Amino acid sequence: MQTATQLEHEVNYLDYKGKYKGIFAWIFSTDHKRIALLYMYSMLTMFVVGVALGLAMKLELIAPGKTIMDPQTYNAVFTVHGVIMIFMIVIPGLPAVFGNFMLPIMIGAKDVAFPKINLLSWYFYVAGALLVISSVLFGNGTPDTGWTFYAPYSFKSGTNLLPAIFGAFVLGFSSILTGLNFIVTIHRMRAPGMTWFKMPLFPWSLYGTAWIQLLATPVIGITLVLVALERIFNIGVFDPALGGDPILYQHLFWIYSHPAVYVMILPAMGAISEIIPTFSQKHIFGYRAIIVSTLAIAFVGYFVWGHHMFTSGMSGTAQYTFSILTFIVAIPSAIKVFNWISTMHKGSINPEAPFLWAVTFIFVFMIGGFSGLVLGALATNVHVHDTAFVVAHFHFIVFGGVGFAFFGAIHYWFPKMFGRMYDKVWAKVGWAFFTVGFLTLYSPMFYLGMMGMPRRYYDYLPEFHAGNILSTLGSWVMTFGLLIIVINLFRSAKNGAIASINPWNSKTLEWTVPSPPPLENFDEIPVYGEKDGPYEY
Amino acid sequence: MENEKHHIVPYKVYIYILVALIAMTFMSIGITKINLGEYSVLGAMIFATLKSILVLSWFMHLKFDQPFLRIMVGFVALLFFAVIFITFLDYYFR
Amino acid sequence: MEHVAQHSDPHYDQEASKLGMWLFIFTELLLFGGLFIVYAIYRFLNPEAFQMAGHELNITIGAINTIILLVSSMTIAMSTSALQKKNKGLTVLLLEITIMLALIFLINKYFEWGVKFDHGIWPGSEHLLNDMGHGEVLFFGLYFVMTGLHALHIVIGMIIIIVALNKVQKGTVHADRPSLLENAGLYWHLVDLIWIFLFPLFYLIH
Repeated sequence: MQTATQLEHEVNYLDYKGKYKGIFAWIFSTDHKRIALLYMYSMLTMFVVGVALGLAMKLELIAPGKTIMDPQTYNAVFTVHGVIMIFMIVIPGLPAVFGNFMLPIMIGAKDVAFPKINLLSWYFYVAGALLVISSVLFGNGTPDTGWTFYAPYSFKSGTNLLPAIFGAFVLGFSSILTGLNFIVTIHRMRAPGMTWFKMPLFPWSLYGTAWIQLLATPVIGITLVLVALERIFNIGVFDPALGGDPILYQHLFWIYSHPAVYVMILPAMGAISEIIPTFSQKHIFGYRAIIVSTLAIAFVGYFVWGHHMFTSGMSGTAQYTFSILTFIVAIPSAIKVFNWISTMHKGSINPEAPFLWAVTFIFVFMIGGFSGLVLGALATNVHVHDTAFVVAHFHFIVFGGVGFAFFGAIHYWFPKMFGRMYDKVWAKVGWAFFTVGFLTLYSPMFYLGMMGMPRRYYDYLPEFHAGNILSTLGSWVMTFGLLIIVINLFRSAKNGAIASINPWNSKTLEWTVPSPPPLENFDEIPVYGEKDGPYEY
Repeated sequence: MENEKHHIVPYKVYIYILVALIAMTFMSIGITKINLGEYSVLGAMIFATLKSILVLSWFMHLKFDQPFLRIMVGFVALLFFAVIFITFLDYYFR
Repeated sequence: MEHVAQHSDPHYDQEASKLGMWLFIFTELLLFGGLFIVYAIYRFLNPEAFQMAGHELNITIGAINTIILLVSSMTIAMSTSALQKKNKGLTVLLLEITIMLALIFLINKYFEWGVKFDHGIWPGSEHLLNDMGHGEVLFFGLYFVMTGLHALHIVIGMIIIIVALNKVQKGTVHADRPSLLENAGLYWHLVDLIWIFLFPLFYLIH
């Protein structure tokens, strides 16, 4: 493998001057690294909105009865919070930011296979986000169905649902195009000598993810179209008054939305699989096992959608089948956890911020995963279905999983992306506040749910008061941690110490190019020899 | 992939395929005119599947492409049928 | 060997664009796949009503449209062969025939839908909602959604073919850079493929 020293005179991607000036140099750029940052800044904007809505909900729940908003506002707030967080943050999340930025460099390519389509997918993302926001600002009432748009309420509700539904449809398009690009890039543009089984694990996880994006997203696309047509034309497919079956809507919705959970978590697992070997300075344990489990999760994850519908009136046979399949899909996730832990065993561990995030990822992911088994078992599911327990479970997986992995990844790749190192002490302080806040925010919900507090209610019985106060306090601590992290990163991107090419002594290809990388990454495409590999420490 | 020679399909092969497709269209109309009860759907679907295999392998060149494309198409078809099968586990036993 | 291709022309990789097109076709197949699931469930739940409603559709027009699409699929497949044999005139002619056939398909569809509208059958029409059973409402709801979405794909396919035709005439799509025409062809065959299943499922229920 070549060193990058001879490239250092090249202009990096941040300072490069193309034919457009100012902001147009960014929004017309087809460079995968600039697109990644475009995604990151637009996602950060939406994330601020989502967090604010989340804080508002927790504030409402600090005391029983009406605190700061009426029930209808609360319905609107949890709907918009869900739509933003799911469709605009965690689904694009790691693939759109770190996938776009790192995938081509990690496999030794100059860009993705279709750079223009890559930019187009960001345009779709912005268009979808604007459509969803327009449903809040215009029309008669913010959508109040929850992010799931369950029929028949989604076409009976008088609120402004059409733009929100159409926005989700457009966001799906963005996701499909990203996935398509990644699959072709991985198939066609790996560096010479980099065989499938020499590819780093983050690209592998993106490959599995991309297939899900490609094959599951169209199903929600058509489902949302049907809901829209139902609203406009009364075609009857989900309307029980016209012979339609609302449970079929739930089937179609979850045929996408369950695999979508794996769209969120697989790249997160991929990022963790990069961080752990780097900070243990050790070859990843069970490289092939991780790949196989990635593909197994992607595949089996397709057939477990019914566990969201155990109380909907589905047939018993379907319930047993979905329950068994749900237990099966837990196995490959557990394999990964074993592999990560075994990688750390006897490694020379360097507890930098990315490593701390990765370890806490494993911790919260396991809590989320085990509570998932409680929900996947039929008998216990009936007890905790649609309670705060479910809210706790999926925030542990989706926010705990994806969020912790995202922060781990940004602290890991930050010196490469911006060429500067962040303040390591503040990074750890931010991590500590965030983790403590996170656990205080969501752990009480497990208890509240077991005791019977339903989700999506703006009010609750007095006996749930203590747990809710604790949870609200946690939301403040967590937001404080978030602020520290974001401010630290923003300041460091401007004023941090100049980072070297490979500050963590990692072995994957992105650490052989200058920080920040030049426009086309590599002067000469690297060649992988017999002995080269992504984790040869 | 240097030795990827581009296969040019002769015009007459396409004409044969078209004739076969049209013949199968009429056969599927014919089979549904006969009263086979439940099996008439099956008959029509078998002809539709055969037709789609012809379209996929010759018109869409799968026969001459790299094997991994065929594997992908097969995989997608399999996945779709698995999803239908599992959905029917609900409706058939409800 | 892949990077050799990259260096000779970094922005053109025929295999990559073909793979990309196939992946896009998969998404289209699953888009319609969702509708086929809906169709399968409701046909299973309302077998008699679907049979009754199926009689309302005209097999002859359906069969004619099937043959039109099959022929058009053949002409566009032939056009790629013609392009590879460097026969530009024939390529252009075959593409023009394809576009004409697509147009005829749409005109047929227009009259077919028109007859339904004359009988008072359209999504949410009073005749459908008041005088017919649930099964019929679902059958015609799905009929209009599925054939409508298919017709939309015909229109998109026509636009792609027109673009490809232009580029063939201008000479930017030629025997060494055939990707656009090949992808237009793949897309058009997809439209054909979906119709191959729509035809028996809606017209041939007896």
